[in-house]
Amino acid sequence: MIEVRHLQKSFGTHKILDDVSFRIENGESVVIIGRSGGGKSVLLKHLVGLLQPDSGEVLIDGENIGPMNERQLLRIRRKFGMVFQSAALFDSMTVAENVAFALRRDKILTEGEITSRVCAALEMVDLPGTQNKKPAELSGGMRKRVGLARAIIYEPQIVLYDEPTTGLDPIVSDSIDKLMIRVHGHLKVTTVVVTHDMRTARRVGQRVMMLHDKKIYASGAPEEFFESRDPIVRQFVDGVADEKEILF
Amino acid sequence: MNLLVNQRVHFVLSELGQISFLARDIVSSLLKGKVVWRDLLYQIYSIGVKSQMVVLVTGAFTGMVLGAQTYFQFHKVKMDTATLAVVSVSLCDELGPVLTALMVAGRVGASIAAEIGTMRVTEQIDALRTLATHPVDYLVVPRILAAHVALPLLAMESIVVGISSSYLVGVHILGIEPTYLWDNMLKYTHDVDVIIGLVKAFIYGGIIALIGCYKGLTCGLGAEGVGHATTEAVVYSSITILITNFFLTLVMGKLVGLL
Repeated sequence: MIEVRHLQKSFGTHKILDDVSFRIENGESVVIIGRSGGGKSVLLKHLVGLLQPDSGEVLIDGENIGPMNERQLLRIRRKFGMVFQSAALFDSMTVAENVAFALRRDKILTEGEITSRVCAALEMVDLPGTQNKKPAELSGGMRKRVGLARAIIYEPQIVLYDEPTTGLDPIVSDSIDKLMIRVHGHLKVTTVVVTHDMRTARRVGQRVMMLHDKKIYASGAPEEFFESRDPIVRQFVDGVADEKEILF
Repeated sequence: MNLLVNQRVHFVLSELGQISFLARDIVSSLLKGKVVWRDLLYQIYSIGVKSQMVVLVTGAFTGMVLGAQTYFQFHKVKMDTATLAVVSVSLCDELGPVLTALMVAGRVGASIAAEIGTMRVTEQIDALRTLATHPVDYLVVPRILAAHVALPLLAMESIVVGISSSYLVGVHILGIEPTYLWDNMLKYTHDVDVIIGLVKAFIYGGIIALIGCYKGLTCGLGAEGVGHATTEAVVYSSITILITNFFLTLVMGKLVGLL
């Protein structure tokens, strides 16, 4: 279970998150939406301890990870898999080496077991036979899939997605959406997706939270959220720019 | 003006503090036995084996120039056969380790900062952390250990090549009598000179890798950030080596005097 209590974060004098609180139950699939630069990725990075809050608490299964140092956080991070916006694959390694990275570091499985786990993970993300390719040889969508295979191979309890469909065409985005739904269903993981893609939010989330003006502004089931009459929610869902934001 | 000085002092102290924290993490990682031998061997290859050419050329030409210059001065007072002894002691104590370290700082320090810096700006270091891997264990410790191992070997190689090339220039070009030249070199070069060179090179290896890793891990965003980190890694490690060399020379000179 993930619980965030009164989280505040600033970079220099610029406040990004102000008194953010929410709770995500085990096995739930939550989508966090909000405008670009609104602090969604910053919030996501707090959940896995990549950023430390200025104040407030982030609790993972009841443990406050805020005061933990980098080495103590390693234990908590074993519960997480994270898919980065840029995929963040290790470019000096092949696809297979990327996907097997965590298993090889653990030194628990034999080389044969690791190979079969890599094959299974790549099958799951519809990329069989790409083991020997380098990240530079892959398209954007394929890189995201490899990133997902790397995140799920050690069967984490929670999978975080940072803008998984940004920069992809609608068809590839659709396949990534289906993949996220499949992974959530098969592995029974808690899923947290940060996106500003409304189609992804509708399809993947069992609950949608909107980050606006540094706070969680609205939260609800997708059908209820997308029918909301709140002007700020409506403006975001319908994608309407303010007059002052129209430059030409 | 005062404000500027204050800011500069604050910046320098802050950098030193952060490097100390990194050094603490390295020690902690070493004590926990987190070294992966395969990564260490690869780094020894990358830092040591791939630096061969630059170190050999530096050692050879430094030895030849030093030999020729020493001969030109000693020839005036008919001390030609002491040439190689001066070259040998200079190379063992100072020039071998320092020039090797400066050349390796240019090649390896820059490469470490650029590689780790690029990993930082492309979120690969964050990816490492989410995969429950401490960046210090995976990226820093193998490079530090490899540099500690590689630098003394490279410095020794540079010293041997420097003395050999100086001998060849002295005997075949300048016409110095080879037997006395060689004998004087053995007579005036002591074990302690070789040990001083090795100890210095060992310390400079740590300096190069530590500053390179630190600059990479803390580099700014984008290509500009990586560029700055790379330049600073080379400049800071070169300056640190030169300053450290002065103090090491004093301390080790005193220690040798006490023995």
